[in-house]
Amino acid sequence: MIRIFNLTFFIILLLITKANSLIEIDITRGNLDPLPIAVSPLFQDDNSKKNSKNELKIENVGSEISSVVENNLKTSGLFNPLNKEAFLQKPDIAHLKPRFEDWALIKAQALITGKVTIENKKLKVEFRLWDILAGREMMALAFTTVPSNWRRVGHIISDKVYERLTGEKGYFDTRIIYVSEEGAKTARVKKLAIMDQDGFNTKYLTLGNELVLTPRFNPTSQMVTYLSYFKNLPRVYLLDIETGTQEVVGDFPGMTFAPRFSPDGKKIIMSFAKDGNSDIYTMDLENRIVERITNHPSIDTSPSYSPDSKFITFNSDRSGFQQIYVMKSDGSNVKRISFGKGLYGTPVWSPRGDLIAFTKLHKGKFYIGVMRTDGSGERLLTENYYQEAPSWSPNGRVLIFYRETKSNDKGEGFSAKLWSIDLTGYNERQVQTETDASDPSWSSLLSN
Amino acid sequence: MNFKKSFRNTFLVILLSLIVSACATKKTTTTVEGQMQGDVYTGTDTVKYLADGVPDRVFFATNESILTTKSRDTLRKQANWLRENSSINVVVEGHADERGTREYNLALGERRANAAKDYLITYGISADRISVISYGKERPVDSGSNPLSWSKNRRSVTVKAN
Repeated sequence: MIRIFNLTFFIILLLITKANSLIEIDITRGNLDPLPIAVSPLFQDDNSKKNSKNELKIENVGSEISSVVENNLKTSGLFNPLNKEAFLQKPDIAHLKPRFEDWALIKAQALITGKVTIENKKLKVEFRLWDILAGREMMALAFTTVPSNWRRVGHIISDKVYERLTGEKGYFDTRIIYVSEEGAKTARVKKLAIMDQDGFNTKYLTLGNELVLTPRFNPTSQMVTYLSYFKNLPRVYLLDIETGTQEVVGDFPGMTFAPRFSPDGKKIIMSFAKDGNSDIYTMDLENRIVERITNHPSIDTSPSYSPDSKFITFNSDRSGFQQIYVMKSDGSNVKRISFGKGLYGTPVWSPRGDLIAFTKLHKGKFYIGVMRTDGSGERLLTENYYQEAPSWSPNGRVLIFYRETKSNDKGEGFSAKLWSIDLTGYNERQVQTETDASDPSWSSLLSN
Repeated sequence: MNFKKSFRNTFLVILLSLIVSACATKKTTTTVEGQMQGDVYTGTDTVKYLADGVPDRVFFATNESILTTKSRDTLRKQANWLRENSSINVVVEGHADERGTREYNLALGERRANAAKDYLITYGISADRISVISYGKERPVDSGSNPLSWSKNRRSVTVKAN
């Protein structure tokens, strides 16, 4: 249907200086003092600018790429990109050898410089990261790709810089799949949509003819699982977003819902509802074998595997109300882990393995929070009128979720938007979408 | 939830008694009392009729799928009508309000639809004439964000399938 992942990248490692850098960022604490960084516009010569205009309808793709980087770093909350008007050195000269005193003068601690050429329908980008205080280069990389990939180059540069300065993988070269929403609350039209993590390059994957809900990425491939009401039969589907092929998952005589992939991408775990009772099942995508995991007269739903696949966290009302449970992946050793006041739902295991993110409802307010996998150390990150369904960034540092606003008695004023918050709870931001949006799911890193 | 409910009810009673004592508008009390009992909707403004005197829907308390006395009365009327019209099959749609997580609400809607279906079966309607579908919170009938709107949305609706 839509080919968006047909990408080739050549990455050449020019030099990485690991020793004795003075700057590093501790991302485990609330960062109230983000690192001042100067992102110099990537230099582009006149000939290349002409090619850029022909190929991309963009005159200065070098400065556009640097804006992508700047925006990513700023959004992370860990960096403070400095105002370009204060830069003293020209981009081309800075890229060869920065005058560190000039950059120190405007209080930059790190500097990104680079150069872009477009020739023979190839985009070549090189960039360098400089440690201003130590007065040395920290990293230098070059990429070659097709010109239309220029935003992805910006995301990859952002990931490399983030990783070099925090010691952890980034999350910028990723996509979000979500449900686009339009129309009145009583007759909402919902479509599957996919976009870059920063809200650009939105594509719609379904037409809105049938209700679709809860899309989730396969962590290892470009597959998505979701719930569709195709022919008024709510069933879990599998969609290949490269080819557009879809198929129903399994042959269940009733509603299947709340799907998610196993960490190796080979199984789908989901709920199957029959005769008023929802239990958790898995289906192996290779041999199509279906296994029943829970067998309890209560509602068991929203299952999510631990990254080592040994455990499953899920939502059940077997205590009388919605609470979070953990069990072994064969369904044995079921233990309730949420014991705070209120109701708990939508548990999702962090890709780092250490935390479970959840939605909590207490006294008419909705919270997104995290707890350790034994239920201890509960921390509520954000409170609102309505919000739910957190999904982890691939590095386990940021959560994306959706938030709805209250309508008045005429039903006006309703909206649904995507938001992100980092684990420290300090850096909360709305994620831009073309339409109203809900049920976000974060992809893995597209390149490594 | 229970705390919230009782708190709200207490608050409502205090508020209403204030209104009553202040200006003695008894109509206000009866309207509110007439539309909700506990937090179950008891009004009829969203109800459609399968036939004369046969309402199509029943309402539920928050997070509940228990049928109230009034719901059972409605379902018995539906069962009688289905017995007299044996060629008609139905779909029971289960719905939830917007104050719950999407996936849990899908399961809750399915549970509500089956509560209604089971009651129809005990009154002699064959199970293969009744199918169920849950819409969770996806198809509210009232788009307000207040307890009365939510009570209208916590429902199961019996719809003709043919």
